[in-house]
Formats: sequence, C-alpha cells, structure tokens
Amino acid sequence: MVEWTDFERETIQNIFAQMDYEEIGPAALSRCLVVYPWTQRYFGNFGNLYNAAAIKSNPLIAVHGKTILHGLDRAVKNMDDIKTAYKELSVLHSEKLHVDPDNFKLLADCLTIVLAAKLGSSFTPDIQAAFQKFMAVVVNSLGRQYH
Amino acid sequence: MSLTEKDKTAVKTLWGKISKSADAIGADALGRMLSVYPQTKTYFSHWSDLSYGSGPVKAHGKKVMSGVALAVSKIDDLTAGLQDLSELHAFQLRIDPNNFKILSHCIMVVIATLFPKDFTPEAHVATDKFLSCLALALSEKYR
Repeated sequence: MVEWTDFERETIQNIFAQMDYEEIGPAALSRCLVVYPWTQRYFGNFGNLYNAAAIKSNPLIAVHGKTILHGLDRAVKNMDDIKTAYKELSVLHSEKLHVDPDNFKLLADCLTIVLAAKLGSSFTPDIQAAFQKFMAVVVNSLGRQYH
Repeated sequence: MSLTEKDKTAVKTLWGKISKSADAIGADALGRMLSVYPQTKTYFSHWSDLSYGSGPVKAHGKKVMSGVALAVSKIDDLTAGLQDLSELHAFQLRIDPNNFKILSHCIMVVIATLFPKDFTPEAHVATDKFLSCLALALSEKYR
C-alpha cells in the first residue's frame, strides 16, 4: 500500500478541487499528441491530427482529453487503494484499447507540464513531488493488469 | 530522432526569450530535481547544503545552464561541440545517463512555470528533442 503524508493528500485534493477540466484535459492530451507523435496511433478515427494546430482545434480530442482527466477522479477519491480502483480500467487499456503502458508516463509528463504552466510559481517543488508521486502510482496501477 | 531545421529554429527562438533567466532556471530545475527525485542527491554528498535555493544548488544550476547555452550555440554538431563535457561526465562524474532525462524534465517544468505562453506544444517538442540530443552527446564517451 502507498503511504501518503498529510501534505501529499491535501495537495492532491486541492489540485483536483481547483482543476479546470475543460482547459487542462484537452491541453494535456493535445500536447502529448504533438510532443510524442507516436501516441497518435491510438487515435486513428479521431479525424485531422495532421499538425499541432489541427490537433489543438480537434473537437474529438478535446472531449477525450476531458474524459481522461476525469478518469483521474477515481484515484483522487481512492488514494489508499488506487491499485484496486483501477483494476477494470487497466484491463480495458490492455485488452480492449491495446495501449502500450509506457505511453501512460508520457501523458502524465505532459499533464505535469500543463499544470506547471497553469500554476506558475505556486507549482512549488514539494507540490510537484506530490503530484508526480500521485501520477506514478496511477500509471503503475493502470499497467498492473497487463499480461 | 535528430533535430530538423524547424526544431533548431524553435530552440533558438525559445532560448532567445529565456536565456536572460538562465541562472534562475538552472537553480530552480536543479533544486526541484533534488526534491522530486531524491535519488539524485547521491551525486552531491560532498555539498554542505542540498536544500532548494542554497548556495551550492544555485551555483551548480548556473553551471549546468551554461552547458545548455553552449549546446544551443553548437546545435549543428552537438557531439563535436560537447566533446569536453562528455569526457568530464564519462570519466570523472560518471552520472548514470538516466538522470539526464530527469533533469531535462525538471528544466522543462521550470520553463513552463516561467514562460507558459512561450512553451507551446511546438516549442515543447523541439526542446524535448534538443535536450535528448544534448544528453546523447553528453553520454557519447561513456562506453
């Protein structure tokens, strides 16, 4: 089981309580598709991903970015057992979506960068550490049911 | 994943905007790295103070960013341009190359916090590629 300090718990709850899902979700996913273009392989039927401008204005990507970000809510609400909370999502990503689990870290890194840009100097080293620890646990849990 | 002309232009353009803050970026990135990835502290056991914002951290952050500045100026041939630094890292410092990725990530997080409007997805991908190529050039002499 993952041990969380009070600071880490508070930090994660605060970040997501103030999260602008409409803005951050699409920004993180579209950034991931630009910075790591091979991730576009999972979005073959999402329409025009030809360049950064097209990706940024793609409405299907925007909707999906929001969906993915809300997918983190389950972890925020179940910090003491994210592994169990994500069992079905892990099976889904493995068996149905066939996503290489290495990609989860790429998206997590983009989300970190987008959050850093949004929060500026209030994204302190301690807050960054807590957020990255949380994302590492999520990423690990999402990859657990692959076989 | 080598640098295209478009990448090099994007890197130089971004560098033009951020280079005045290079020292601050270096200090912040290094300080974050030591906090967020505590295993990196193992390389600095000889420092008196590893805390964020301390003298040694600031001085070393400045040194690291002058290496980045050199790399920008030698962007057309990083391997040749960073040869001396590669020898330093290979034979004396012997830093595990995985740590270059870690510091690169922290540098980009700091750039994002300080220059959110300039660190667009396009600037981000060019910078990520550049820092990867820089790391590769630094580890050239390792084995």
